[in-house]
Amino acid sequence: MDLIHQLFTDYTLRMVALGSATLGVVSGGLGTYAVLRGQSLLGDAISHAALPGIAVAYLLTGSKAPLVLMLGAAGAGWLATLLIMSVTETTRVKYDSMLGLMLSVFFGIGLVLLTYIQHSAGASQAGLDTFLFGQAAALIQRDVVTMAALGGGALVLMVVFWKELKVLAFDPEFGRTIGLPMRAVDILLTALLVVAIVIGLQTVGVVLMSAMLIAPAAAGRQWTNALGIMVVLSALFGAAAGVSGALISSTTSGLPTGPTIVLCMGAIVAVSFLFAPRRGLIWRWVRTRRHAGRFHLEAALLDLYELGMQHEDPFRPHEVGALDVMSAVPARRLLERLEASGLVRRVGGSRWALTESGLQEARSLKEERA
Amino acid sequence: MSTGQIEIQLIAAIVAAACALPGSFLVLRKMAMMSDAISHAILPGIVVGFFLTNDLASPVLILAAAATGLLTVFLVETLMTTRLVKEDAAIGLVFPILFSIGVILIARFAGDVHLDTDAVLLGELAFAPFDRFVIFGSDLGPRSLYVMGGVGLLNGLFIALFYKELKVATFDAGLAAALGFAPALIHYGLMTLVSVTAVAAFDAVGSILVVALMIGPPAAAYLLTDRLDRMIGLSVLLGVVSALGGFWVANALDASIAGAMAGMVGVVFAVVYLAAPRYGILAGLRRRRRQKWAFAEKMLAIHLFQHEGLPEAAVENRVEHLEEHLNWSGDFARRVVRKAQQDGLLRREDGLLELTGRGRSLATEAIVAT
Repeated sequence: MDLIHQLFTDYTLRMVALGSATLGVVSGGLGTYAVLRGQSLLGDAISHAALPGIAVAYLLTGSKAPLVLMLGAAGAGWLATLLIMSVTETTRVKYDSMLGLMLSVFFGIGLVLLTYIQHSAGASQAGLDTFLFGQAAALIQRDVVTMAALGGGALVLMVVFWKELKVLAFDPEFGRTIGLPMRAVDILLTALLVVAIVIGLQTVGVVLMSAMLIAPAAAGRQWTNALGIMVVLSALFGAAAGVSGALISSTTSGLPTGPTIVLCMGAIVAVSFLFAPRRGLIWRWVRTRRHAGRFHLEAALLDLYELGMQHEDPFRPHEVGALDVMSAVPARRLLERLEASGLVRRVGGSRWALTESGLQEARSLKEERA
Repeated sequence: MSTGQIEIQLIAAIVAAACALPGSFLVLRKMAMMSDAISHAILPGIVVGFFLTNDLASPVLILAAAATGLLTVFLVETLMTTRLVKEDAAIGLVFPILFSIGVILIARFAGDVHLDTDAVLLGELAFAPFDRFVIFGSDLGPRSLYVMGGVGLLNGLFIALFYKELKVATFDAGLAAALGFAPALIHYGLMTLVSVTAVAAFDAVGSILVVALMIGPPAAAYLLTDRLDRMIGLSVLLGVVSALGGFWVANALDASIAGAMAGMVGVVFAVVYLAAPRYGILAGLRRRRRQKWAFAEKMLAIHLFQHEGLPEAAVENRVEHLEEHLNWSGDFARRVVRKAQQDGLLRREDGLLELTGRGRSLATEAIVAT
């Protein structure tokens, strides 16, 4: 309660929480497309590649206004992505090599520019290096408004071009055959991703930004097969992790915001991987167990039927030992469970026979398998 | 050049060579981004190792960090086998989480010691000569020189010893498994090299330069040759050239050495990308141009051959007529004819085009081939 009270009264906390929530919604929603297209690591490359853009924007304008720096970052990130696309299309260099190369080369050039600014003419680079590791606590209203405006614009574009982006994510070849300009859509999506990344740099920093794109989508993917629901879920997960990370880090000393948000995100991913219905690991484990159980029961019933047919009397009782030889697991427990459903009956101490309904069941199983 | 400068260049050259060795295989195996993941994910290992020993130079630190590198590989593989996410998303989930844990450990417990995230990411090569390797009071040179030299030797030794296995596992994993080479073992062996190299290099050059040197030179070498041994050799060479070139750029600009080296990796790649004799962009353009002219000459020869000796030849076999018949522009037609004349394919008499013996055989060959 105290925390919620603080959220409304404490300016810094409110800004950090709002900023992180905005970032979570935008990167979660747009990250969905990157993950679905197998371009999860493109975000990592873009966020590193944004650095020289920030330095150049500052060198050109002398301003540290968030919008100016973000535009510079966006320009550099976008340029790096275009270079990655065109080099992989024109030579045999692979996509992953280009990602790693552009990421480190652009980042290196960014470092050169930042240190150059720092060393030259007494200009202060303070404020520029917050982009490296992010400094959520330093967010002010001006930053949050810029983030919300840019991110909101990106989300609106995503909704406007919903159909095109969907085709791009799942079947770009089909899109080409029906005459959609898929290359333009690809460039649009890249531009939207660049926006999502750029607004996050100041909050979580270069290294952790990729997780903000990937993790919400990876979690959302486990709960649904529908794109619309996945986008909404990812945005919600992103926002939840953003807000909870911001709150936890502000109430505990020595917990930087960016990493805390990423760890909250990691927790959401872990829960989704384990517990999501149908795809989740626990669900999968239970289903495998259940299938295995039914398989053994059916096998035991059929064994009893086969033994009966060999003696030309389907209702003839058989020793449990004879069934044990045929079964992969101890037959006794299987028979007891079959007895409970009225398919077999116990004759004397350790002998078992089919019932009328057991015979019918065995015959229909036989037919099914044939 | 001062001794310090010579020592820095020596260290940089050795780092470049040590990185290029495993890097060549990463690029060929399409696992370039693992270098990015590992070089970030070793952070918690470095921190834990530092807590255990309180000494940034301790070998325990390298072991702990290398173990974290392998943990990264293991986690990525495990996530992939669940098939809940694709490989790139698995990589993008694992390393930011491990990196976050490292950052939080530093922020909470190591705020006042010499260990910060900047150092790990960016490194400071300029300080490397100050950390001396001293035995019994005699100064044997910078410590990094020995550490990186050792790692470089280890990498070279591993690749020399398992060259055949690495080669087969890289180009034909199925064959490697059939021959009993244990691809998994080779995979983890290679990843151990990447981890150890990244750890050893971190305090000298930072993790971003490790990524640049592991991926950039091998990606450039990949455009220069089709042979594995030459590719490894060229990678080492290009890496060393980038490192030394970067040092002098940094020197001139008074900027980050690691950043300038990464930038130089990009420059070297760009030059190779443009000028590589077979797979470069210019070579591709030249090849397409040559093919265009060769095709036009062939078309011309066939056209002349078809009408040769027939009554209509007086009309058909004229430069002016090509415009209409082959749908060529007048200028293009004149240039093709001139080029064909130079190449000795035809003669020109009173505006009439006559094939030479060579031109005739070119036409018949082309017709037979189709």
